[in-house]
Amino acid sequence: MSTVLAATDGLFPAPVLEYKELAPVLIVLGAATLGVLIEAFLPRTLRFRAQLVVTFGGLGLALAALFLAGEQNSILAEGAIAWDGPARFLQGLILVLAVVAFLLFTDRKIDPGRDAFAPRVSAVPGSPEEQVLTQKLIQQTEVYPLALFSLSGMLLFPASNDLLMMFVALEVLSLPLYLLAGMARRRRLLSQEAALKYFLLGAYSSAFFLFGAALIYGYANSLRFSVIAAATASGTSSEALLLAGIGLIAVGLLFKIGAAPFHEWTPDVYQGAPTVVTAFMAATTKVAAFGALVRIFYVAFGPVRDQWLPLMWVISALTMVVGVLFALTQQEIKRMLAYSSIAHAGFLLTGVVALSPKGVSAILFYLVTYGFATIGAFGVVMLVRDGAGEASHLSAWAGLGKRSPGVAALFSLFLLAMAGIPLTSGFPAKFAVFSAASASGASWLVLIGVLTSAVAGFFYVRVIVLMFFTDPQPGQTTTVAIPSLATALALAVCAGVTVVLGVFPQIGLEVADRASLFVR
Amino acid sequence: MKNLPWLLIAGLVPLAGTVLIAVLPRKFEFRARWIALASSLVTLGVVIAMATQFSVGGTQKFQFVTSYKWIPAFGVNFTLGVDGVGLVLVCLAACLVPFVLLASWRDVQPGGSVKSYFGLMLVLQTVVIWVFSALDVFLFYLLFEAMLIPAYLLIGRFGGAQRSYAATKFLLYSLFGGLVMLAALIGLYVASQTLLGSGTFDFQTLSSLQINSGLQNLLFLGFFLAFAIKAPLWPLHTWLPDAAAEATPGTAVLLVALMDKVGTFGMIRYCLQLFPDASRTFAFTISILAIISIIYGALVAIGQTDIMRLISYTSVSHFGFIILGIFAFTNQSQTGSVFYMVAHGFSTAALFLVAGMMIARGKSRNIADYSGVFKVAPLLAGFVLIAGLSGLALPGLASFPGEFLVLVGSYLRYPALAIIATVAIVLSAVYILWLYQRVATGSPRGVVVGTFGEIRRREVLALSSIVALMIGLGVYPQVLTRVIEPTVKTTITRVGAVELAPTQIKDQVDKQVSKK
Repeated sequence: MSTVLAATDGLFPAPVLEYKELAPVLIVLGAATLGVLIEAFLPRTLRFRAQLVVTFGGLGLALAALFLAGEQNSILAEGAIAWDGPARFLQGLILVLAVVAFLLFTDRKIDPGRDAFAPRVSAVPGSPEEQVLTQKLIQQTEVYPLALFSLSGMLLFPASNDLLMMFVALEVLSLPLYLLAGMARRRRLLSQEAALKYFLLGAYSSAFFLFGAALIYGYANSLRFSVIAAATASGTSSEALLLAGIGLIAVGLLFKIGAAPFHEWTPDVYQGAPTVVTAFMAATTKVAAFGALVRIFYVAFGPVRDQWLPLMWVISALTMVVGVLFALTQQEIKRMLAYSSIAHAGFLLTGVVALSPKGVSAILFYLVTYGFATIGAFGVVMLVRDGAGEASHLSAWAGLGKRSPGVAALFSLFLLAMAGIPLTSGFPAKFAVFSAASASGASWLVLIGVLTSAVAGFFYVRVIVLMFFTDPQPGQTTTVAIPSLATALALAVCAGVTVVLGVFPQIGLEVADRASLFVR
Repeated sequence: MKNLPWLLIAGLVPLAGTVLIAVLPRKFEFRARWIALASSLVTLGVVIAMATQFSVGGTQKFQFVTSYKWIPAFGVNFTLGVDGVGLVLVCLAACLVPFVLLASWRDVQPGGSVKSYFGLMLVLQTVVIWVFSALDVFLFYLLFEAMLIPAYLLIGRFGGAQRSYAATKFLLYSLFGGLVMLAALIGLYVASQTLLGSGTFDFQTLSSLQINSGLQNLLFLGFFLAFAIKAPLWPLHTWLPDAAAEATPGTAVLLVALMDKVGTFGMIRYCLQLFPDASRTFAFTISILAIISIIYGALVAIGQTDIMRLISYTSVSHFGFIILGIFAFTNQSQTGSVFYMVAHGFSTAALFLVAGMMIARGKSRNIADYSGVFKVAPLLAGFVLIAGLSGLALPGLASFPGEFLVLVGSYLRYPALAIIATVAIVLSAVYILWLYQRVATGSPRGVVVGTFGEIRRREVLALSSIVALMIGLGVYPQVLTRVIEPTVKTTITRVGAVELAPTQIKDQVDKQVSKK
């Protein structure tokens, strides 16, 4: 036996894995697998509690492992994964955002059918089977392992150090999300349509990414970022391969962050998916995808910045303009928030254009503020309901401030943060990305950013005006649901972060500053 | 005593009042008025105590400086301190608010929240006091924007029928100006990064930077646009009549008499001292706009049928004078401008408040609905006249020294423009006296019958205090000019404009006369 092993050792050496640093990802994967086993073997009555234990226990352990793993920068898993400031920061951020978002998943008080998910996704919408399931108050709990699988992909995505690992992470994070998007209890056809659209367009963008990776491999003879960077710096191979590769990879990643002109899926999916899922993916996917985008463009394509910077400038400007202009015309609260998230992708891209450690720390800080404000905003959207579920049309929000001043004030806080009003977290975030971009000579981009912010201010304020200063239409039946303790806690955390980082941004900026250097 | 953080305390007192009001049980809601009044009086006391410690012509440019680290990552500190100009404006903010509160005692309609109305007014006072004393440009910007939120809520929640429209228009105008200023602020930060190595927002450091003139022009325009919207300067003034007319009289006073001063204050403090070359470049263009404001505001005021809108347009005209004085770069004109800022604060406050009292009785803003107020309520009519006369800069009242100094000072720099501006003095007599004639004289008609009554003691107290201050400043303007002048001198030195003394002009005139 031992001789056989020794012989194979030479041919196929076992990879060295740094379990300490990889522990957060592995724990989340383990928890997800455990969740699948719970679905298979536990009786229905016990599943919900078991899933909660596994999910939150897993997240807690993963966070603890992340803190205990140490801050020694290195390359892990035979070069496939980077362990550096941005990776640690974003993994921590994604985990914390996931905890907050999962608190919303657990809410069983808001909807009369208890939770926000269809009792059986395979049941035909409107069929007798579905009605029976709804009457029996059947709840499904598969969402927890699905979300955990997606989460593990998100943790790997910004830490990937080669193109193949990045592609695997992209798929692991995307596939469960496609499913989750189709699981809404209410408006199921809309939800299923959203899932299908998301899947088809997502599959296309993955294909673009993979094709780009293949071209880059042809150019650099490697998938490793550091080797690609060295190859681009020496510039000995065909430039056409490189440029086509960069372009195709950019398409794949820009799709995930929802940048124009690859943003078309965002409003449909944000609107159709169950609002809790929208909250989860709007925050965490953007964080993970921006981490990946920044890493690949800074580390792998940094030496040829002159080739792709003009493209990024244009896309950043276009994304800001498209986001705010379309948001202006929306009558649906979730679609408006979707276009606002597109605009935010544009603002964040100005930080990418900065191409400096300041730019990276600015993006990291921005992602923190954006993530919490987004989950908070969608969390409030969950609460405001009429007879058919969530009251998503804007007109239903009229006069909300008079009946439920607390909820309306909370929503206003998140909107003001997104608008970047001083003393909310959005302001220092915007200031950080814009000053980083301006310092790198992209002043006109900053000017566009500032002007689009003014337009964005209009549609955020419009909702506040609607809530506080407009009388409700006669016959309007909008009510505000009493949330569960978990939902209330999640909203409180989001509001707290938004205010504290608005008044004392130094806390976050310092951590982001320390985490702004990539290992190469 | 001088080492006390005076300015911090002056801002914290109203804030503490707000907190007290916020925790007040709904049952005792009416007490919010007393808490607000008490805290504004304490603020006034603190500011007066501080002002007595101010050493005029001291070696330090800024006094009562306190500084705390805030966001080291951006080089931002919470730094407060005042020069002469800042001091008089802080005093204005401290003096006006108690009287405004007193006059607004019953402004909240049944069903409205007395707590939020008075709480928001106090928040606004805090922000305004700090905005006049911020010595960190980032802090200034932050407060400049933060000012919008209480003001927006005050207009939007407590105003007239069109309040929502007016509040939104106000907010969007200001937000737009503020965000353009943000772009300039970022540009300034980056410029300081390249010139100093590390970025800073410290005003005193920034005001000694030598930024190249192309960049200066752009940054100047960014700041100026925000200030011109706030001030407001023609053609960016259209939000003001809507906002002031729809707001409650108390809010209108805070808006026009206090907040808008931040615009002209910003021009002196930031535009001139941070971008001196650009200030000289644009001075003439801005002066032309100021002249248009002066004449246009006065003409449109004459044509108004709504009392509150009329007063708003007179303010547009007066702000034109202030801006003309600032950009004429002479000692007299700028001292006059700053003095006029204070005087206009009091006279506009008096006008808005007295008009508000009349409207509260007549339930109409339409001038044509009033007639013969003097017969029914002689005291009220008397205050309308005194407030109006101060508005038209009658000698002996506060506005006169301001307007006079501005005209004399501007004549040295731009004689033609100063002569055009004097036309507005005649126009101001038309709009004020004609308003008085239509409203107060004749026999009582329209809404001035039935329950229309005389003003109460509380209202008399508020108005007569303001009138006393107006007369005091009109008779003895030195109390302010003495404090303002040294600061103006250093500002003009920084701008690098050639000082024009009246004697030089006299020499030129003499020469020309002797030639003939």
